[in-house]
Amino acid sequence: MSLVEVQGLRKRYKPDAPEAVAGIDFGVNEGEIFGLLGPNGAGKTTTIGAITTRVRPTEGRVLVDGVDVLADPVAVKRRIAVVPQMSNLDRALTAVENLTFHAAYFGAPRAERRRRALELLERFGLGGRENDAVNDYSGGMAQRLMIARALMHEPRLLVLDEPTTGLDPQSRLFLWETMLDLRRRGTTLMLTTHDMAEADRLCDRIAIIDHGRIIALDTPRGLRRLLPAEAGIELLLESAADPAPDFLGVGGVARVDTAEAGDGRWRVRLYGDGDGLADEALAASRRNGAALVELRRIEGSLEDVFVHLTGRDMR
Amino acid sequence: MSQSRAFLALCERDLWVTVRHEPVSFLSQALLQPIFFLFVFGRVLPQIGAAGPQYGTTLLPGIMALTLVLTALQNTALPLVIEFSFTKEIEDRLLAPLPTAWVGAQKMVIAALRGIVAAVLILPLGELILPGGVDLDHASWLGLIGIWLAGSVAGAAMGLLLGTAVPPNRISVAFAIVLTPLIFTGATFYPWESLDSLRWFQVVTLFNPLTYVSEGSRAALTTLPHLGSGWIALGLAVSLLVFGGLGLLGFVRRAVD
Repeated sequence: MSLVEVQGLRKRYKPDAPEAVAGIDFGVNEGEIFGLLGPNGAGKTTTIGAITTRVRPTEGRVLVDGVDVLADPVAVKRRIAVVPQMSNLDRALTAVENLTFHAAYFGAPRAERRRRALELLERFGLGGRENDAVNDYSGGMAQRLMIARALMHEPRLLVLDEPTTGLDPQSRLFLWETMLDLRRRGTTLMLTTHDMAEADRLCDRIAIIDHGRIIALDTPRGLRRLLPAEAGIELLLESAADPAPDFLGVGGVARVDTAEAGDGRWRVRLYGDGDGLADEALAASRRNGAALVELRRIEGSLEDVFVHLTGRDMR
Repeated sequence: MSQSRAFLALCERDLWVTVRHEPVSFLSQALLQPIFFLFVFGRVLPQIGAAGPQYGTTLLPGIMALTLVLTALQNTALPLVIEFSFTKEIEDRLLAPLPTAWVGAQKMVIAALRGIVAAVLILPLGELILPGGVDLDHASWLGLIGIWLAGSVAGAAMGLLLGTAVPPNRISVAFAIVLTPLIFTGATFYPWESLDSLRWFQVVTLFNPLTYVSEGSRAALTTLPHLGSGWIALGLAVSLLVFGGLGLLGFVRRAVD
């Protein structure tokens, strides 16, 4: 069941400007983490804007939980929450007030607001800092506070715009765990990112968007398969001599590349198809007395896929 | 139902911030200028013989109207420029479960309220500063309330238009271009009727919504000659419709791309 349905979405901001979004269709399934990946100016923010009631489509329509965003934006606002890239916290308020007033906008009873706010602050490592001015918060703390604020009204869909840009590694890991935890609790997440590792690790499905169009939509693994690289496996072996000759003539191996990896280890790339390739290769290395350290399937990185699809030109 | 609850919650946030976090900045922004106008024009000038001894009676309703309209205007225009362009604070409100235009209307309600509070505070200040004090024997309170409600909302609507129509990098120049003529062509320091001898200027002042608030306040508080009540009502109604409509339109266009 799709929680978000984007149909034929087009957006032109000015009559003489090029289309920011030039016909996009996709659905976000309930309970998944969906990534929008694309270079700067590709149309990610416009797409997010159309889903979150802030951008009026020139053509096409967007449904959130079956509700047309254009026809009933208020009903959509009740179901969603947005964590923007830059802080948009209320600087006139303290941290806890940012949360309690947000809940008040959504009609939560007074006692409930405070209880939930303190609970969320605790969960996001901000316990004890609830009465601080948000101006005194670091970038990572502000980010966590914005997520806590977004969760105050228990949205069905949480939209995060480049959530980890500019965060330190600790904050980034915390955020990743938070997102996975939210998915476990049943929240649907949608995020935009430039960060391939992030997309690869978090997203169930990814849409790669460029020049206002979706050019690929698949699971991270499915996307990697789009690379025209040769299939094969890579082995790391402990071996006294170059193990290349061991693999010549092994069934299914079309080509062997070896390179010394230091410490008496060799990196061996076997190109070829067939399900038995790994078994055959292991048997061959064992026969010749080489010990296996590591074995993996050769796949391009998501970054390779991204550059392959969107090109190397800077935007 | 839940939309009005969201509207009230936004109002509650603004009142909380005014009272709890920034009462000093609100009061100084709203009252400093009128205090100096009252002192210099109402006290110093009569004292040195540059104005008549009764000038304070003419001046006070004008200063109250000026405070009302300018406070309301600045309390929509300035926050909107800052929130739309720099702090982005408006975003959390725009995602609250109420129609976008209501968020703009809510800004106007609070700004109008701040304008009314500031204008009311001018009364005791006038009593302190003006040599003749404040004479309220002829005041028509009902009329004054009507004028101030309409005038403050019209001022807030002008601010809404200014704050959403002008690009942020030009806001300081826009303020200079709008505010100074607004202050000095609004029948603040002179009754409109007395401009008979300067006909072209008298006509110019009719295009300033503040003129109707000043003259209306003068009509409600004093026995001085003033613009006809029907014209005052018409001027206020037109200001409300034009600026209210354009302001809300500007707000929605700014909020939804």
